[in-house]
Amino acid sequence: MNGPFAAALLDPARERPAGLTGPGGAPAGRRFDVYRNNVAVSLTEALERGFPVLARLLGPEFFKAMAGVFLRAHPPRSPVMMGYGAEMPAFLETFAPVAHLPYLPDVARLELALRRAYHAADAAPLDGAALAALPPDRLLALRFRFAPAVQLLRSDWPVHGIWRANTEPGAPPPPKSAQDVVILRPDYDPAPHPLPPGGGAALAALIAGRTLAAAAEAAPGCDLPALIALLLAGGALTDAEEAR
Amino acid sequence: MFDLPARSRLPAGPGVGYKPQHFSNIIDRADPVEWLEIHAENYMGDGGRPIAQLRALAARFPLSVHGVGLSIGGEAALDREHLARLKHLVGWLDPAAFSEHLAWSTHDGAFLNDLLPLPYTRATLDRVCDHVDQVQEVLGRPMLLENPATYLGFAETEMDEIAFLAAIAGRTGCGLLLDVNNVFVACTNRREDPVAYVDRFPLHLVGEIHLGGHDDDRDDAGLPLLIDSHGREVADPVWALYARAIARGGPKPTLIEWDNDVPDWPVLAAEAGRAATILGGVPA
Amino acid sequence: MSNTPKTLAIAGALAAAFATHAAAPAHAQEAKEKCYGVSLAGQNDCAAGPGTTCAGTSTVDYQGNAWTLVPAGTCADVELPEGRMGSLEPLERDLPA
Repeated sequence: MNGPFAAALLDPARERPAGLTGPGGAPAGRRFDVYRNNVAVSLTEALERGFPVLARLLGPEFFKAMAGVFLRAHPPRSPVMMGYGAEMPAFLETFAPVAHLPYLPDVARLELALRRAYHAADAAPLDGAALAALPPDRLLALRFRFAPAVQLLRSDWPVHGIWRANTEPGAPPPPKSAQDVVILRPDYDPAPHPLPPGGGAALAALIAGRTLAAAAEAAPGCDLPALIALLLAGGALTDAEEAR
Repeated sequence: MFDLPARSRLPAGPGVGYKPQHFSNIIDRADPVEWLEIHAENYMGDGGRPIAQLRALAARFPLSVHGVGLSIGGEAALDREHLARLKHLVGWLDPAAFSEHLAWSTHDGAFLNDLLPLPYTRATLDRVCDHVDQVQEVLGRPMLLENPATYLGFAETEMDEIAFLAAIAGRTGCGLLLDVNNVFVACTNRREDPVAYVDRFPLHLVGEIHLGGHDDDRDDAGLPLLIDSHGREVADPVWALYARAIARGGPKPTLIEWDNDVPDWPVLAAEAGRAATILGGVPA
Repeated sequence: MSNTPKTLAIAGALAAAFATHAAAPAHAQEAKEKCYGVSLAGQNDCAAGPGTTCAGTSTVDYQGNAWTLVPAGTCADVELPEGRMGSLEPLERDLPA
């Protein structure tokens, strides 16, 4: 029974399942559509809440219609709705009506990363003062553990500028250059930060467990002290050890 | 067999469904609300503000964990990963009650995000009992099972809903959660008498009561079709049914559910106050 | 470990960055205040939607080429360099000096 019921819920073109009744055993008719509505509307609302910047970029009518296509292709695979929509970036890459907006998948990745950061495990930040006294060689040999909330998004598009222009009243228009972004969550409020030039490569090296010296070599010209200051202020680093 | 206190340690007073926008109201002064209910699935993240708020609330209030995603009424085996998440949450929170729905929501791995109806037959009874047994075994505690709001029936149904619920409680030792709005919605939609339903309901098995608002609609034939929208005040006939149940069964932990168009705290607290008045009018 | 002179040169600035970000001990009062603040809406609930409206049945047919909607939000305000809107060519990254 669940199979035909579920199939007809997601496919409005399909006949309503047989054997459903209204009062006195009469055919259920439109009563089945209450369930169709509950499924489609609740999943559409979950996508609107989960991707508010995408919804603003595309406009409410387009987004709702697109959500209708998405939710039928990708119904949730888990009852925990906080993770719903992980397939959105890949979906946007192949959804022809948005092919002329090539930055949308990265906007979706940013919104997913913010949600993951919001629900990530808490972690006590590193006390930087204990490291400040290390001699240069030992300081440069440090590698770090990162808080679970930290998310690095390397983008070919001005994804932070686009996000900001759609969330912050009076924000400047997005720059016409690519932006790498790190999401930090000091306490409980995640926020995306654009990385300085070379910061994406340096942070990727640090997250991969490489040392400060290796990060400096991976991204020559990156203002590594400024990057470290940003990470410390955002509670991103939880532990340090010296590579031997 | 579990005794009723083991199934629910909630106080026999008013509670509300917790919404994060009410956190500061609740922490400052929750009166007349005595306890809170959360949806289990919204607290299955690893940390952050949701978990921090839950810890703060748990230090002050008895809590009820209400699952909306187990698909206990489904044909498929229960999702073991989801059961493990639930065990983790119930383990650290140690809530005063855990409840779920007589409904299904997952099929073939797809979660449909709605409480879907099932026919009441010998076969579905066996399956639901197996699922309830499994949940109680994994959680190591008894659960409460809620009567559903339904919009249609099944030609193959061979048991009445109350007999079906009572049989599950009898076989598994679970308690029942009586949603009085669901009674009114489902009975109206079946053109049955909600008063007769409440009068027949085994109230001695009830560890918690739900009240919520519904919307009015019509089916193809122009017959009333009520929708369990949780988006407004509890309707007057539902309050009357509730008072009737309390007069017969005595005070029970009573929850106000408001999930859509969530109002400011004073409106919700006033609904809880209305429940408190009815609860206070009968001897404990 | 051998560090180039250029790498060693940033060690001082790194030490300064660490020195200015000593972790403050957490206070119970602060911990409580951090519970307040904006919350993302809960994603699961058990309420029903819009009844017998056609919200769940009126879908735009994407497979059948009936899709005529065009994006009509703020995407029109996103100016990429000339000709880039329709192209899949990524933008240049600001290169480190």
